[in-house]
Amino acid sequence: MNRIELTRNPLIKGALKNRYPQLALFVAMLVGYLFAILAGLISTPVGNQNFSIVFVWIAWWAILILVAVPFFGRGWCAVCPIPLPGEWLQRGATLDPPHRKPGWANLRWPKFLRNIWLQNISFLLLALFSTLVLTSPKLTSVILAAMLFVALGLSMLFERRSFCRYLCPVGGFVGIYSQTAPIELRVKDKRVCATCEGKPCYNGSASGYGCPWDVFPPGLSKNTECGLCLECLRTCPHDNIAVNLRPFSADLARPSARLDEAFKAFIMLGSAMIYAGILLGPWGAVKDAAYHVGTGTWYLYAGAFLAVIFVILPVPFAFCAFGSGNRHPFKKRFSTLSTALIPLGLSFWAAFSLSFVLSNGAYVLASVSDPLGLGWNVFGTANIAWFPVLTSLLAPAQTLALVGGLVWSAHTARNAAGEVHVSPIPAILYCLAATLVMLWLLL
Amino acid sequence: MKIRRIGLLLLAASGLAVVFTPLPAASPAPQARTFRIDAGQFAYSPSTIDVNPGDRVTIQLVSTDVVHGLYVDGYGASVEADPGQTATLTFVADKAGSFRFRCNVSCGAMHPFMIGKLNVGTNNRLLRSMGLAGLAVAGIFLLPSFLPQGKSNQERFGA
Repeated sequence: MNRIELTRNPLIKGALKNRYPQLALFVAMLVGYLFAILAGLISTPVGNQNFSIVFVWIAWWAILILVAVPFFGRGWCAVCPIPLPGEWLQRGATLDPPHRKPGWANLRWPKFLRNIWLQNISFLLLALFSTLVLTSPKLTSVILAAMLFVALGLSMLFERRSFCRYLCPVGGFVGIYSQTAPIELRVKDKRVCATCEGKPCYNGSASGYGCPWDVFPPGLSKNTECGLCLECLRTCPHDNIAVNLRPFSADLARPSARLDEAFKAFIMLGSAMIYAGILLGPWGAVKDAAYHVGTGTWYLYAGAFLAVIFVILPVPFAFCAFGSGNRHPFKKRFSTLSTALIPLGLSFWAAFSLSFVLSNGAYVLASVSDPLGLGWNVFGTANIAWFPVLTSLLAPAQTLALVGGLVWSAHTARNAAGEVHVSPIPAILYCLAATLVMLWLLL
Repeated sequence: MKIRRIGLLLLAASGLAVVFTPLPAASPAPQARTFRIDAGQFAYSPSTIDVNPGDRVTIQLVSTDVVHGLYVDGYGASVEADPGQTATLTFVADKAGSFRFRCNVSCGAMHPFMIGKLNVGTNNRLLRSMGLAGLAVAGIFLLPSFLPQGKSNQERFGA
């Protein structure tokens, strides 16, 4: 299957170029986001009955990891409300570009931080405190509000969407996993761009803003850094931008050789395995250690968490990248080969999330009826008793996700290994071993 | 091409065999088993119980702090215990495999993660899933043409 250009359809193209549908989604998301902050602060402190916990960590998470990322890549980023207030202030406008630029600092993001290491760190920080974050509505609210204010502050200091590109804890993994999605935004013909004057896709024009993600669209070859904001679709004077339907994981045919992205793959793989053990396993002492932040056992847990991600998972994988007489540097071999962990990690998260979401999904019904804990019963479901959803289908669905992810990873490993001229067999066996551990944890 | 098709058919047949072939299992005579499980925020003790298929299982749930429940996935059986009280749940373990049991009464912050495990005989589901994973990898090794050959970008896209 080759590409199908969706924007060839005038209806789709019109809807994507028009700012109003996107603005409507943005505003709806922003209202929901602010409501979740409010609910976390004033509603019941019981996590599984609080709108902020239930809608952020159950409903939103399920949609993100099971639908949005696998099928739409950075589709979530296209409607995420977090950068919105900052971006409006930065631009001095909510819709079309104004005639004058607002006088904010507009600094360039420091060159040495133009990678996803900060996103790796921000995700790890959240991950280490995740049992608290997942269960405390107030803490969830504080984190949601903090992300909004940090994004706003960075918009005042730095140009474009620095928060999304370099700091957002969600954006990092959505970025690497978006390479597997069957949607892409690309330039149709790079030769047209070479002669284009003013490069409005990057610099902006009266039709739209320069790329908020600081991407030069003609150089775009992967989904990782494209936030699907569609500004380039609006600004291109030559109608040279397309949104395409494409085969799954097309970007992984050109593996990245970046160490920050390689470690993002390990962080995501390791976190999924650790959460499957801690949150869904029967070991109460480990849950206790993860929950009681600041105690001696929590430090042990945090140390073990970091050891899994930075030692136990990457060190054996490093052996997969060994090869005598190979002309590629070890770092390149290691990073390139770790591309195989991207589909594996996504399938691990899907399998974990299925279990988490199906067993806790019923809480959505109660919290939607009384989102602020004020005794409302809007949909008549406020007092509904907990019940598990479709748990009989859980194990087959998890097996399908994990074995499918393994096959997908093996395919990716073959391509990546070919790229750096090493054998794919050790990497495929590594993926098999990780899958067996995950199966044991979940089934 | 023909060999590839035969290989894929064999792989699919092997997959079906892994999923559906009955596995030999010891079948000890069913017996009545009673377990006392202490429930406290946010763990069960013991957290794992092992029984044989057909056993009549009685769980005496003792809550050591707040109200806790115990719901057995796959069986749909549940019980609730008030603080300091014992509540009893009895069911016949007629489905083999590994099932989670979880608290079904909101009992505090970590309530959704208060989970234990009931093992009824051998966990064939896990064994079959592991078999499928192993078979998938074997298929990739034995049938290289099953997946497109890995190529470098230089070979694939030119310089």
